[in-house]
Amino acid sequence: MKIQLLRSAAAAGALLAGAGLAHADSLTLYCAADEAWCQQIKTGFEEKTGITVDMTRKSSGETYAQVRAESGNPKGDVWWGGTGDPHLQAAEEDLTVAYESPMRGELHDWAIKQAEAAGNKTIGVYSGALGFGYNKDLLAKNNLPEPKCWADLIKPEYKGQVQMANPNSSGTAYTMLATMVQLMGEDKGFEYLKALHANINQYTKSGSAPIKAAGLGETTIGIVFMHDAVAQTAAGFPIVTVAPCEGTGYEIGSMSLIKDARNPEAAKQFYDWALTAEMQSKAKDVKSFQLPSNKNAAVSELTPDLSTIKLIDYDFTKYGSSDERKRLLKKWDDEVSTLPQ
Amino acid sequence: MRHATQEYFSLHPTIALWVVVGLLGYAVLPWYGMDDNIFTLRWLFDGYPFDDDVAPALFLNLQGQKLWLAPIGLLLLGSFLLWGRRKADPAFGPILIALGAFGFGYLLLQGFAIGLKGWNWEVATALFGDLDDRQFGMGWGALLVAGAFLFLFTIGCAARGAVGGDEFVAGSIGFVIAVVGIFIFMPILQMLASAFVTQDGGYSAGTFASKLFSNRLWGISCLLGGPRCGAAWNSLLLAILVGVVTTALGLVFALVVTRTGFRYGALLRALTVLPIITPPFVIGLAIILLFGLSGAITQGLDAALGIAPSRWIYGFPGLFIAQALAFTPIAFLVMIGVVEGISPSMEEAAQTLRASRWQTFRTVTLPLMRPGLANAFLLGFIESMADFGNPLVLGGNFEVLSTEIFFAIVGAQYDQAQAAILALVLLGFTLGAFYAQRFWLGRKSYTTVSGKGDAGVHPHLPVPLRNTVYTIAALWTLFTLLIYVTIFYGSFVKLWGVDFSLTFDHYVKSFAVGWNDFGIHWRGAAWSSFWTTMQIALISAPLTAAIGLLTAYLLVRQSFAGKEAFEFGTMLSFAIPGTVIGVSYVVAFNVPPIELTGTGIILVLSFIFRNMPVGVRAGVASMSQIDRSLDESSLTLGANSWQTFRRIILPLLKPAILAALVYSFVRAMTAISAIIFLVSAQYDMSTSYIVGRVENNEYGIAIAYSAVLIFVMLAVIGIMQLLVGSRRIGRRGIEGDLSQSRTNVSQATVRPQTAISGGG
Repeated sequence: MKIQLLRSAAAAGALLAGAGLAHADSLTLYCAADEAWCQQIKTGFEEKTGITVDMTRKSSGETYAQVRAESGNPKGDVWWGGTGDPHLQAAEEDLTVAYESPMRGELHDWAIKQAEAAGNKTIGVYSGALGFGYNKDLLAKNNLPEPKCWADLIKPEYKGQVQMANPNSSGTAYTMLATMVQLMGEDKGFEYLKALHANINQYTKSGSAPIKAAGLGETTIGIVFMHDAVAQTAAGFPIVTVAPCEGTGYEIGSMSLIKDARNPEAAKQFYDWALTAEMQSKAKDVKSFQLPSNKNAAVSELTPDLSTIKLIDYDFTKYGSSDERKRLLKKWDDEVSTLPQ
Repeated sequence: MRHATQEYFSLHPTIALWVVVGLLGYAVLPWYGMDDNIFTLRWLFDGYPFDDDVAPALFLNLQGQKLWLAPIGLLLLGSFLLWGRRKADPAFGPILIALGAFGFGYLLLQGFAIGLKGWNWEVATALFGDLDDRQFGMGWGALLVAGAFLFLFTIGCAARGAVGGDEFVAGSIGFVIAVVGIFIFMPILQMLASAFVTQDGGYSAGTFASKLFSNRLWGISCLLGGPRCGAAWNSLLLAILVGVVTTALGLVFALVVTRTGFRYGALLRALTVLPIITPPFVIGLAIILLFGLSGAITQGLDAALGIAPSRWIYGFPGLFIAQALAFTPIAFLVMIGVVEGISPSMEEAAQTLRASRWQTFRTVTLPLMRPGLANAFLLGFIESMADFGNPLVLGGNFEVLSTEIFFAIVGAQYDQAQAAILALVLLGFTLGAFYAQRFWLGRKSYTTVSGKGDAGVHPHLPVPLRNTVYTIAALWTLFTLLIYVTIFYGSFVKLWGVDFSLTFDHYVKSFAVGWNDFGIHWRGAAWSSFWTTMQIALISAPLTAAIGLLTAYLLVRQSFAGKEAFEFGTMLSFAIPGTVIGVSYVVAFNVPPIELTGTGIILVLSFIFRNMPVGVRAGVASMSQIDRSLDESSLTLGANSWQTFRRIILPLLKPAILAALVYSFVRAMTAISAIIFLVSAQYDMSTSYIVGRVENNEYGIAIAYSAVLIFVMLAVIGIMQLLVGSRRIGRRGIEGDLSQSRTNVSQATVRPQTAISGGG
């Protein structure tokens, strides 16, 4: 009996040790895109390399908060996806490390520009323009005109019909805030946001939630990135995507290597892989319609072509900096969110 | 100990044991807890014993590193001062106490003083100059040494005559105080401190005050026609209303089951268990699917009666409905114990004195229910305050504290101090409610059950009251059924709101299994969080039950100085909302000496200490039933207190064990408020995964996952019941179905009032 016990203990010990060795190659991925896409990336990399990927999906704001909170003792290796501002902010605060991937030759200019803005501490992996989408069934039912421009959204007939995310928790909504400031100037931009506030029925937590609510018929219009709206259409919801006539801002979904990470080699391997055409071409399979940063990556015909949309000259360095961000968010908190609706 | 009278030419055996444990920790096991040192043996192959990361303290010291650990080894060796001394020796106790207290204190001191970046305190830098070294979180080595010092200390106390000189009892008390101190008081205190920290790292009372009294918290502009009131008022209003309504509904159900001759009580109990084992936000979701702008009922009303659809459900009304639905069962479980426990003799006496049924109910029955009413209200109040899932789904623009705390931490304006301040306000409210409840109950006696014969029958309710009660219960039951049918149906619908064709897609997407070159691949998106959750829930449930019952044993069977403070300490976490626990754990355990964030251990610990009070309460209730003379005869026959506990008390405690096991298991599977802060890439929990899906409007997957969880929970609860078994007492049959055993949480068959009103 005793011998048997000892034997099984030894076997268990060996098993544990073996498990430990087998897990030697692992990677902790903080993914700030859609669940399906994050899952595809996780399983894709695992199948390609045999490296175990521990993936957490959170919004870009949450991920940034986590990376910052853990800076004394980082738990994550790579932070993939999510709008570029928090990545720039993290680079500015020295939470991420510089790396020049051999894949850079294959990338679009805007992806490289993003890297240069942050001293190579981040890089563009996809991009998408801001816009809005509406539920055409609800619109027809309420006899509302089709919105075409940003200016339409503040018309009184849309009162209680528009939903957007809270810029305090969502990178998408912050991009919208910064876009308005750049498009109209700060004073007029805030005038616009105040007028829009009267029409907003709810500020959601996550960036793409408004268009998903529109898909389910819980709101008529949702302000989101256009690729998110297109994805809803592709999923079968009655959503029409609009590129605002005045022009619009855009995001560069980015990727950064976390400083003092525990698996830096696997992280770099992931980084290079995430920039390949092969990997980026697969995004459309999970209904992610962003524009990939690798020039050779295949694109779905549904992906909104950035060249046909009127884009503003978005100043990522300025509006991605934490001081400017804090100032704008505080101003929005004090002047806009407190107004009656 | 029986050996205490023998003469020693060596160490006292218990002491020898702890010294060996301590030396094992100091000289053999890795001192620091790095990556995989805790759960795997990988460190054995990683350059052990010389490599810095995995070396035991002894090897570090021999290499001239981390010399501040050396005194710990010396102190351990110091226990050989006791060589040959007997327990009766006057120096025996004091030496042990000094060694243990000094060793434990020094261990903590060095842990807090030296962190990841050298000295943690500026005082130390000023005194000793810069320290060009750092240390990580404590590992197995440190843990064993800490345990050794602690128990040497308690043995010393016992030798000096504390708690009747019983080493087991002294050790147990020391152990409970140490873990409660480390895992409840320390995090809360650290969080308190972090409330004063400003954005740039300094301390400021001014910033603290301005944040504490900010308009966003306390604004009352909504009373004056403004847009909205402060989150603090919102939370308070919601919690009070939810507390009142759930208590009232709980009372109604308890009356239906016990006082109306209602035949399907078992069915009703089963139905009320359902919301408890449902991840709460799923209820919120079902409410949207029914009452949202495009919800089934909203659309139906529009078509049938022309009521224009609106978004009324988002905000206070939706939150209120969802929470009332989710928390009524808890109130019911509290109330039924009390209603059943009231002795019929009193009511019979009233009737004999010619009181009408109504008079009896109003002047005798109702006042005797006060402890139950107070406890049910308190539970509803705290649950509502801490509820996180429903406000996230249904909150709209109605801001409550629990979600505000979350936003303060995860929002773009990362502000831990703000979160800590909000948590303080929340804690203030719940502790306030806690004391208000005690004050209301006062010092009156609610005891109606004594050892004397008590064979009466409860009188039935007056007829008008009975009809009212029936109506309310029927409506609630219908509503609950509607919600659960929706949940179940929703998990099979392709795309709610657009495509109502039936499909298994959501289940496949979440729980598919596939193969790749490297073996079996759990392809479904939900597997990782599912296995983690099962693992964590199954580990934490028995631990919670164990520590809860041990504490209960100490409270009921032992008397020692400071027992009241001890009781308060162990019950404190009951009044602390999960959100606060979550935040304080992040604050306290992200950096050495105890570095736990990102591990599964922190999840297990948070569950143990969150759910411990229930184990304590269940244990206290059951243990008060067991006559002391049983223990005494065991002790007289020569057993020590540990043997008595294991052989006599434990078997009689089976219902309490089951209650604690089931409760902590269910909470581990369904809790969200604390763990949303504590999950990590490797240890993602079901509930946080589901919240993510809900947040992304992937309702199908969220609901399918929840449906699976509900069935898994039912299965596991059944298995636990089989494993624990029931106690066999000659007198009567015990424990029927599952709902019965859950009731035991609050329902001590003999003395329900103590079980419940002791709530503090």
